[in-house]
Amino acid sequence: MPLRNLFRGGTFFEGKSGRRGTSLPRFSYICGNGDGETERMKEDTLKKLRILAESAKYDVSCSSSGTVRRNTKGGVGNTVGGVGICHSFAEDGRCISLLKVMLTNYCIYDCAYCINRRSNDIPRATLSVSELVDLTMEFYKRNYIEGLFLSSGVVRNPDYTMERLVRVAKDLRTVHRFNGYIHLKSIPGASHELVDAAGLYADRMSVNIELADEASLKRLAPEKDHASVYRPMLYIQQGALESAEERRRHRHAPRFVPAGQSTQMIVGAAGESDRDILSLSSALYARPTMRRVYYSGYVPVNTADPRLPVLKQPPLVRENRLYQADWLMRFYQFRVEEIVDEAHPDLDLEVDPKLSWALRHPEHFPVDINRADYEQILRVPGIGVKSARLIVCSRRFGRLTSFDLKKMGCVMKRAQYFITCGELKGRGVNELHPERVRSLLTHKTSEREPDAVQLHLDFKEEPV
Amino acid sequence: MEEDWVFAYDRTWEGMLTAVFDAFSRRCFPVAFIGEEEVRPLFASVHTVLTDGERAARVFRALQKKLSAQALTCLTVSMFSELPDLYIHLFRYVCKALTAEKSIETNFADPDVLFVTNTYRKVCRERLRMMQFVRFQKTADGTYFAMIEPDYDVLPLILPHFSDRFSEERWLIFDRRRRYGYYYADHQPVRVTFDAQDAVFRLPDGRLTEEMRDAEESCYQELWRTYFKAVCIRERLNPRKHKKDLPVRYWKYLTEKQKP
Repeated sequence: MPLRNLFRGGTFFEGKSGRRGTSLPRFSYICGNGDGETERMKEDTLKKLRILAESAKYDVSCSSSGTVRRNTKGGVGNTVGGVGICHSFAEDGRCISLLKVMLTNYCIYDCAYCINRRSNDIPRATLSVSELVDLTMEFYKRNYIEGLFLSSGVVRNPDYTMERLVRVAKDLRTVHRFNGYIHLKSIPGASHELVDAAGLYADRMSVNIELADEASLKRLAPEKDHASVYRPMLYIQQGALESAEERRRHRHAPRFVPAGQSTQMIVGAAGESDRDILSLSSALYARPTMRRVYYSGYVPVNTADPRLPVLKQPPLVRENRLYQADWLMRFYQFRVEEIVDEAHPDLDLEVDPKLSWALRHPEHFPVDINRADYEQILRVPGIGVKSARLIVCSRRFGRLTSFDLKKMGCVMKRAQYFITCGELKGRGVNELHPERVRSLLTHKTSEREPDAVQLHLDFKEEPV
Repeated sequence: MEEDWVFAYDRTWEGMLTAVFDAFSRRCFPVAFIGEEEVRPLFASVHTVLTDGERAARVFRALQKKLSAQALTCLTVSMFSELPDLYIHLFRYVCKALTAEKSIETNFADPDVLFVTNTYRKVCRERLRMMQFVRFQKTADGTYFAMIEPDYDVLPLILPHFSDRFSEERWLIFDRRRRYGYYYADHQPVRVTFDAQDAVFRLPDGRLTEEMRDAEESCYQELWRTYFKAVCIRERLNPRKHKKDLPVRYWKYLTEKQKP
């Protein structure tokens, strides 16, 4: 039925022939025309999708950033780069950018922190390659997702599993000419050849370190060690560097994992300090192609295991502070030793790491907004990258006042103790004591004070 | 006392540039802008700007010498916000830019520059939100259909994105509030409108009825809802952040928030 009949009175179809799009052959594995067989298949896929999404959700990485790719002729999709597009947000506050599923949640490993470990009694499922490809394409065309994030439990051996992951990516790219985002997990222990093959189709690849401390990793995941994680990381790095070299000579040489790689660490499952975690992150960021380190507050999925701590709630605040510290390293030119050191191996849960650094180093303040370098302004609590750039641009035209700063979006509640801008004669962090500033900033007013300007009429009940 | 002037214009970019031309040639600078159809104010003189392509082009050429391409984009894109407060700020921005020695585009301490830049940012955010939250449904003839109600008129801004992304498909994105849409077929988007009694206005939350839909459509919607529920970690529920990232006003047209 042409669309004309659907929206009666449509004025725009005059002269337009409803040409059937030059679409690719249809793969209708999942949804059929409603007869009994396909109805059953649909139910089946629903169940599988539920199980495999629930198994995959503890992996936090979900970004679709890092690659810019336009659509090709006859293809589907593009990748916008920049910060990527999040298509939805789950009720736990995390974004849904990619279809994050596992190919299977059967696993031969028995890692204590993982929900899919061998010894867990959970529903298991496996998606076929064609089912998954169909799901991805149909979701993508409805603008539900930006691409696919594919991971898998290890079945038989790492190579067998990895090969199936590669097949999904290859089908999407070659058969369906899919130009959306693909994030592939590299299975620890997979061979160099398979990682090389995967890199040609994936935008980003990742191998999870899981635990910053190797001894804890061996204790909680007896089949894994750090070497099995670093080896595929090196393969990816090597492939990307070779490809970059190649593309310098031939413009059309294939890209290899253009969005680089990422990794993830679990926080709070073993006894590592924030210093251990952040030092490792910092070392990883120094490597080429490492774009993101994710921190995942340990969600107690396997409560009965004696090797794991008993938590009432996942360490969400600690996780948040780690991300803030991560941002300081990536965008605020902080070194890891400045954020955590021997005296302070853990991040302050009460205040954010930037404020915490500022309170420990009052000698760097106050910063003169009208004269100081960009780097110094970046270090002021309450001023972020955006405001710092605005300040540096605007002060060429005239002196900036605290009023201007507020208009530009600086958080003056925090910044006021650390800056001077000529007119502001408030008391800074050096006049007040850092301890006093901390208490001023962490003190929460429990109830709103009555407005002083408003006349308050107290109608007391008269005694009868 | 000098009298206050108010300019009435057609709310287009060319109209704004013509207004700048008029202001300089008549040597009177308005204190406010109103739309052509709006009620005239009592205590001010009104000058109606007659949009003139030639004059607008002249002002634009002068502006190009004073501002970078990026700043010009910022000016034109901010127009899509349709905010009534914007116009006077925009006017003053253009006037200042024309008279200034060097480009004023990075002087964010200037209230007009800051206002226009912030409006530009708001429009960009809305544009991104539409790129995120457009949900297509497949119709029985294979066209993908989506209904939106953005805060600002961003449909023309998201058009290049979807034209590239779904270049082989036929699709229709319809802005219900502004009553127009774009239909894309044969690699070409066409602006379309519908009659007031058309079926498209009888879809309460933009959902196609059973006979309009493709046979598989409801199945994939169900799959998506299932996925949306499954991917949430119950131990980490954070409804405040959820509503911040996914404001409730967009829920109406989101497949995952609709009831099956």
